[in-house]
Amino acid sequence: MSDAVMEADTRNRGLYGLVAEFDSAEEILVAAEATSQAGYSRTDAYTPFAVEGLDDKLGMKPTRLGWIMLLAGTAGGFLGFFMQWYANVVHYPLNIGGRPFNSWPNFVVITFEVTVLVSAFTVGLVMLARNGLPRPYHPIFNTPNFENATRDKFFLCIEARDEKFDLTATRRFLEELAPTRVSMVER
Amino acid sequence: MTVRKGSRPPFRETNRVIGRGQSYGTVDDVVDAPVLTEPRATPAWWFVGMLLALAFLGMYLGTIVYLITTGIGIFGNNIPVAWGFPIINFVWWIGIGHAGTLISAALLLFRQPWRTSINRFAEAMTIFAVVCAGLYPILHLGRPWVFYWLLPYPNTMGLWPQFRSPLDWDLFAISTYASVSILFWYVGLIPDLATLRDRARNKGLKLLYAVLCLGWNNSTKAWQRYMRAYLLLAAISFPLVLSVHSTIAMDFAFSQVPGWNNTIMPPYFVAGAVFAGFAMVLILAIPLRKAFGLEKLITMRHLDNSAKLMLATGLIVVYGYVIELFIAWYSGAEFERFMAYNRVFGADHWWAFWLLILCNFVAIQPLWLLRVRQSPIALFIISVIVSIGMWLERFVIISITLTKDFLLSSWHDYQATVFDWSLYLGSFGLFATLFFLFIRVLPSIATTEMKELVHHDAHHGSDYFEKIRAKETGLEVDG
Repeated sequence: MSDAVMEADTRNRGLYGLVAEFDSAEEILVAAEATSQAGYSRTDAYTPFAVEGLDDKLGMKPTRLGWIMLLAGTAGGFLGFFMQWYANVVHYPLNIGGRPFNSWPNFVVITFEVTVLVSAFTVGLVMLARNGLPRPYHPIFNTPNFENATRDKFFLCIEARDEKFDLTATRRFLEELAPTRVSMVER
Repeated sequence: MTVRKGSRPPFRETNRVIGRGQSYGTVDDVVDAPVLTEPRATPAWWFVGMLLALAFLGMYLGTIVYLITTGIGIFGNNIPVAWGFPIINFVWWIGIGHAGTLISAALLLFRQPWRTSINRFAEAMTIFAVVCAGLYPILHLGRPWVFYWLLPYPNTMGLWPQFRSPLDWDLFAISTYASVSILFWYVGLIPDLATLRDRARNKGLKLLYAVLCLGWNNSTKAWQRYMRAYLLLAAISFPLVLSVHSTIAMDFAFSQVPGWNNTIMPPYFVAGAVFAGFAMVLILAIPLRKAFGLEKLITMRHLDNSAKLMLATGLIVVYGYVIELFIAWYSGAEFERFMAYNRVFGADHWWAFWLLILCNFVAIQPLWLLRVRQSPIALFIISVIVSIGMWLERFVIISITLTKDFLLSSWHDYQATVFDWSLYLGSFGLFATLFFLFIRVLPSIATTEMKELVHHDAHHGSDYFEKIRAKETGLEVDG
């Protein structure tokens, strides 16, 4: 297919991006570094496992999940304690052996458990939500041979919405990185 | 630096986290093969095992039906021994349920790469053991259908659960543990389910895994959040694991029964739980690696390390026995002293204590020897003995303690009935049914994490160092 035909095709159906396929984690680390140095920012890589340092090489910012968890855990802890305090002091005070209504040492275990429960589920669900899951369809699944992204192939995608994206130039750039193949992926 | 030729012995398999010559693809092939075989091609042993498991499950369900229609009078429980088999089995199962999350969470935080091969099925074991455990207190309630009264929920009675009671802490600890363990397990499974989605040839199966993996696409941004979430879950699960059995121990420690009212109970119970948990990991891992040909992924190193942890925690437990007896004497409290005497020399149940010492102390001593730790059969036998020993421990602590309390007039012996036994043996059926289903439909080893390990091993693993060493010493690399 000539570039002109491809351009026309792109306009018609919408291009998601150009995807280069690599054989190893080492190769994609090099390629990712070159891509972000070349000034591409709307990029993502698709790898069978979390390749250490790849997010950094692609210029991704670290996630803030830790802070979310801290907030959720604190809120959960307060919630857990408040529930017991409210039940025993305000709503239904029970005198047990003359002990104070707010016998906080007895509330420690449940406060801890509720903290863990709330923070764990927050971090799990927020991780899924921020990743846009569940999501049955994603344009990247149109990539040829993409079923091997879960096995032993490594894919690097420069998305069409990137400001620097130019079908011909970006394609040439990717081909210079010596991938096994470069494919156009429709959305 | 000069190195004398042949001065050091060659690498043993004990030093390898994974067998030689693994690639990303081979991990998938080996682990996913049993999951993706056509139903008709399922090995015969699976059907035999499943049928046996279902038979025991039938016995379990039958006992539950009889229990609910008749009442807990079918058990051997009496006054003073109000806590008999159901509570013993509850504590025993929950103890087994500790190794999974401990392996996944604690060993991840301590950066022990060997955890990767065994964490998935150990977590499954944890969840199934917690299911078995959690049912006992509910069945033991007398009116199991109102178990939700334990939960804080708005009700027409305007009542709250008794938050000051360790029994209610128990409910919170176990339900939190069960739900967080399932979450941790599922989050770990997502990328593996995506792998299965891409490998499955059967249309229906492909759809099933596609739905279960939520559309995971392996993007680096997703991986970044995923890895962080996984680490955070591990960080929060570690104290959770320690809290669960501590809370259960407080059910005992908060009471005024001699032999229960001890501050040593929480740490002693946690050590016992890890001890029992690793025994169960070995009981499951040894046949599993053989049946599915996983010897290169679950290596001798895993068995060796599990055995060492079993030995270490076993000795902590034995220390607990010694301190328990010592404190009983040192306290000078008449009832404590009698309780200890009754456990060790009492006419009715002295054999249980000595059998427990035999199982939990004497039987683990061979684990000091490398040769024993390198023999799967020996490890399997020792693990079974340890599991029996840990059950006896709970029998001694819970029921025997209760038979003879403060007043002579209220002493009463404890005899388990046939339904106590059928509910106990039947729970193995529940556990085994779930486990057989698990190994058939889900990968029993975390494949994506294994690939990471293959990658890591190529750069920092034993193969890499072996090459350097071979060059250095001039020794030939074996195999």
